[in-house]
Amino acid sequence: MSFLAKYIGQKVKRTEDPRLIQGLGHYVDDIKLADTLHVAILRSPYAHAKINSINVEGAKQAPGVMAVYTGNDVEGKVGYVPCAAALPELKVPKYPVLAQGKVIFVGQPVAAVVATDKYKARDAVDLIEVDYDPLDVVTDPERAAKPDCPVIHEEFGTNVAFVHSAGTGDLEAAFKQADKIVSQRLNHPRLAPIALETRGVLAQYFPGEQQMNLWSSTQIPHLMRTQVAIMLGIPENKLRVVAPEVGGGFGSKLNVYAEEALLGWISMQLHKPVKWIETRRENMAATIHGRAQVGTVDVAVKNDGTLLGLKYNVTADVGAYHQLLTPAIPTLTGLMLSGAYKIPAISMTCTGVFTNKMSTDAYRGAGRPEATYLIERIMDRIAQELKMDPVELRRKNFPQPSEFPFGTATGLFYDSGDYDKALNKALEIVDYKKLREEQKAARAQGRLMGIGVSTYVEICAIGPSAATPAGGWESATVRVEPTGKVTVLTGISPHGQGEETSFAQIVADMLGVDLNDVLVIHGDTSIVQYGIGTFGSRGIAIGGTAIAMATEKVVAKARKLAAHMIGADEEGITFENGKFVGSPTDKAVTLQEVALSAHVAHNIPTDFEPGLVATHFFEPKNFTFPFGTHICVVELDKDTGDVKILRYVAVDDCGKQINPLLVAGQVHGGIAQGLAQALYEEVVYDENGQLLTGELMDYAVPKAHQLPRYECDHTETPTDVNPLGVKGVGEAGTIGSTPAIANAVIDALGPFGVQHIDLPLRPEKLWRAMNN
Amino acid sequence: MIPNNFEYFAPTSIDEAVKLLEKHGDDCKILSGGHSLIPALKLRLAAPAVVLDIGRIKELKQIKIDGNTIRIGANATHSEIANSAELKQHCPLLGETAAQIGDQQVRNRGTLGGSLTHADPAADWPAAMLALNAEIVVRSGKGERVIKAADFFVDIMTSAVQPHEIVTEIRVPKPAQPNAAVYLKVPQSASGYAVVGVAAQLKINNGQCEDVSIGVTGLAPKAFRAKSVEDALRGKALDEGTVSAATAKADADASDAMEDIHASGDYRRHLARVYAKRAVQTAASRA
Amino acid sequence: MNISLSINGIKHEADVEPRLLLVHFIRDLVGLTGTHIGCETSICGACTVFLDGKPVKSCTILAVQADGTEITTIEGLAKNGQFHPVQEGFWECHGLQCGFCTTGMIMAVCGLLQENPQPTEEQIRHGLEGNLCRCTGYQHIVDSVQYAANKLKTQSAKAD
Ligand SMILES: Cc1cc2nc3c(=O)[nH]c(=O)nc-3n(C[C@H](O)[C@H](O)[C@H](O)COP(=O)(O)OP(=O)(O)OC[C@H]3O[C@@H](n4cnc5c(N)ncnc54)[C@H](O)[C@@H]3O)c2cc1C
Ligand code: FES
Ligand code: FES
Repeated sequence: MSFLAKYIGQKVKRTEDPRLIQGLGHYVDDIKLADTLHVAILRSPYAHAKINSINVEGAKQAPGVMAVYTGNDVEGKVGYVPCAAALPELKVPKYPVLAQGKVIFVGQPVAAVVATDKYKARDAVDLIEVDYDPLDVVTDPERAAKPDCPVIHEEFGTNVAFVHSAGTGDLEAAFKQADKIVSQRLNHPRLAPIALETRGVLAQYFPGEQQMNLWSSTQIPHLMRTQVAIMLGIPENKLRVVAPEVGGGFGSKLNVYAEEALLGWISMQLHKPVKWIETRRENMAATIHGRAQVGTVDVAVKNDGTLLGLKYNVTADVGAYHQLLTPAIPTLTGLMLSGAYKIPAISMTCTGVFTNKMSTDAYRGAGRPEATYLIERIMDRIAQELKMDPVELRRKNFPQPSEFPFGTATGLFYDSGDYDKALNKALEIVDYKKLREEQKAARAQGRLMGIGVSTYVEICAIGPSAATPAGGWESATVRVEPTGKVTVLTGISPHGQGEETSFAQIVADMLGVDLNDVLVIHGDTSIVQYGIGTFGSRGIAIGGTAIAMATEKVVAKARKLAAHMIGADEEGITFENGKFVGSPTDKAVTLQEVALSAHVAHNIPTDFEPGLVATHFFEPKNFTFPFGTHICVVELDKDTGDVKILRYVAVDDCGKQINPLLVAGQVHGGIAQGLAQALYEEVVYDENGQLLTGELMDYAVPKAHQLPRYECDHTETPTDVNPLGVKGVGEAGTIGSTPAIANAVIDALGPFGVQHIDLPLRPEKLWRAMNN
Repeated sequence: MIPNNFEYFAPTSIDEAVKLLEKHGDDCKILSGGHSLIPALKLRLAAPAVVLDIGRIKELKQIKIDGNTIRIGANATHSEIANSAELKQHCPLLGETAAQIGDQQVRNRGTLGGSLTHADPAADWPAAMLALNAEIVVRSGKGERVIKAADFFVDIMTSAVQPHEIVTEIRVPKPAQPNAAVYLKVPQSASGYAVVGVAAQLKINNGQCEDVSIGVTGLAPKAFRAKSVEDALRGKALDEGTVSAATAKADADASDAMEDIHASGDYRRHLARVYAKRAVQTAASRA
Repeated sequence: MNISLSINGIKHEADVEPRLLLVHFIRDLVGLTGTHIGCETSICGACTVFLDGKPVKSCTILAVQADGTEITTIEGLAKNGQFHPVQEGFWECHGLQCGFCTTGMIMAVCGLLQENPQPTEEQIRHGLEGNLCRCTGYQHIVDSVQYAANKLKTQSAKAD
């Protein structure tokens, strides 16, 4: 690819912003169709209970109510909520869209009321009477696996959903050779993704055409189309799924939920558009959660700090059912257990268990933050045990740039990396040596200062199809319209990442046209060819590459016609700045002239198809492996345990940056979520399976004053996995930051001999650690 | 997100409000700023048959200085109190407390009277009211009664205001040394309400603590006066040792310690001690 | 109940249930959907509008309480096709990603700058404690506010 980079690499302001800053974007609830009916859902107040009976008569009589549906109504008519991930001997319980006979988590849909407005629908929900028999509740995942524990899905006779093993190498030998074995039990708390826009669905069925429109706040419109069509038994090509403006996802909308099929089905029953907008309370209880692993890591290490082997025994809390990718999440943890280090032998055994809680699934990072947190935390523990500087320990175990592609004992090949470089840059920015001296001085004064380092690597650009449940490629169509305007159709489904801009930058540069002449269309299955969607930091690396390749095809085709128009040889034609220039004739035609000519088709070569459009499906040959170093400096209040972040430095390497402004935005947002995981957030259920963090008054999504200013920088290590040389950056911040702050806080507690404290690092826990 | 239906009245005078209260009393909720009531309605934790919106009663809005008494209408918003130049001069503790409540949007609607009546054990105002020896004036068909702050907070979410009563005014005696005061809080990380909050008003003469009153919120099911601390400080020089020893009793007068996912009872007690000490020292340094 | 209120300078009259929330009045009856809803506990700020010149959370006000008031929503902020400096700041500094918090955030920033035209970074961060953003990590929002504050300062200097 050779072209003049006018936009690529520049801090280009986003083209999506003008509509959004004026409040003129259309999220699902902003789409108003005439005669829309509104759905409200009655949800289970119990974590585990038998349903004896449901009386909907009162609700049906209520003003404005058009229908009330329960599990009986949908049985055999609406398919089960799908799980697309496969593991050997995976147990997949049937997950009905409305509970049938039994509820197994608080928030499970039990009945749906349809009314002429949402106020009336909500009123009628209170009139439904359900007779429940509470059953024993399982909330502790480690207990769930024990034989004497009550079983949630009787058909399996056990709560164990799967046992997954990963890793290679001679672990036994590694542990035999070790000078020391360092072990740590770690808990990865359950988190709620909390996209600011909750989920929402609008379904409109056309009985004559037997077609359906389904608007959903989703990251994966095409995958949803396939799944919902199957659930409803309608032909996939008669279902149009639209992801309109989507107010954040973070993995929570990388799913197919009961409500999507339910609303579609209701619309088929009533022949009217139906809408459901999730409340935050529903969102906390019945939109997927993330993380929720608890386990022990053991590392075999030599006295000089050389890592020999790592073993991770972990229980993953599946929740009540599998959602779309639930069992796949811990497998990503298994893949990334080598971190940024050479570890010859690695093994993970992961037991996935059902509990009476909401399902877990992909939340920003999805399995990789767990790996990074545990490896970065154990590195600090090892440094503590060996009395080594944590930075030196890390550096000692880095693969060198010449060792890439670097093969891990988990079976991956890291594409490219220069871990020292990012580390050095971060150390320089914070002035690490001086910091450690300051820390000494602070300690001498009785002050609790801590420095935490995290040298992370993550797996991005997900991913090669062989490693992805539903295909890992991405599609793009690039079309030059007769007037020269360029339309791009992408299977990526951005919801805040800004790809309407970054994709346009790529195309504008490659075609030599103005950025504003490029329109990127996404999220509508009736306009865009099949695609996979946005997750796993794949947008630019896979979707962007597909676009670049489709654009190349367009240029090649245009070149052919240009040659014909100029009367020159195709080989001699140069394309620059939107112009095809012949050689030696010196004649030129613009892309716009070529486009017009291609469409009018009055004078085209005989072997030339009219039109100027090309489609490309890009299948990546590998994942990409962005990396970086995050350093956090904190001071603790000795009296209260309060954590004050003094500095936060992030040096990330995501390969080439198409738009540094957007990269910074992704890194900041990611760090914020990672810091929140370290300090504030945790989904808490009590022993009865009641959700204690059911609202944002109790689940602490951080506000501006609870987060620091981030000092960001980068290194740029090229990758050959894709021709753009990009790696992806959507999740780096989240993955790198949690251990940096955890390590800093625990380092601050060094004078108390503290080895580890589980997240979130709430002041009370720290105060207790100081006063033990 | 959607309240139950209710009947709505918006009287424009206290008399009219009192009449409506007499009529609807038991199943009627007064609505002032609505920033506790409306969230409860939306979650259907409250479902009154009648809502009496007192927001249009102008007499409930005023803030004035009346000799040695500061008189604040029940409907004065947190913002109005925070921004009042007069209050800043005569009793800065009021503005300092108001400014720490919720956020700008909440402060623009929420009112002093509403907050006090709601008697949320994690609310900020109760601490300041106790430290300032405020009085709360309520009206009903039976007339007016004046309740001392110390008697006003009865239990968790329960104030001394009866169903047929309306809070009209809050009276605060002008402190002798307005600046020798402070309100400090530990905000709950999600809601911003007080995990523990301590308000202190001091009177210092020649380095001696002539008088002191300390209100503590967040720790117990109802806000309380830290009498044990006050007694240990009154008449003493405020040196480090005295203050430490005295504030170590900051939880002594708590009826009980609240526990939730945000903080245990023990930790709340500890925070009360730490913050009482900080409050006394800060207030003293401002004298 | 009959109510009448002005939104972005246009008078709206309607017969509403007393329980109708102002945010639903604005979004569903008037059809201005730039004001968003992100919670039911009045904490996220996505629903922030100006009521009689002050930022408030429209999800925590009954429409009947707003009878006779003047409301400005995000749609009323740009004047004569010109973005408000705060809107401009968000665009310039990449102060938004998914955009869902943005409209309420911009209104809250307008409130903040009205009270304190030249806030420090710390004052900005505290001043926005009534608004949640899950995407940006807030740093670019802080930058956007600083941009707007500077722009407003230059504008008023020019006007003097
Ligand atoms: C997001 C958010 C954050 C908040 N953060 C804090 C915080 O940090 N600290 C804090 O202290 N508070 C906080 N609050 C609460 C806020 O201060 C409320 O405004 C206050 O608690 C109630 O005042 P109100 O005027 O809104 O009362 P309403 O909600 O209108 O009423 C509250 C109760 O008092 C009754 N009532 C009201 N006025 C009268 C009267 N004159 N006579 C008799 N009864 C009456 C009502 O019937 C109702 O039961 C927060 C609220 C929100 C929504
Ligand atoms: S919608 Fe969240 S504060 Fe109003
Ligand atoms: S931009 Fe998405 S929540 Fe703020």
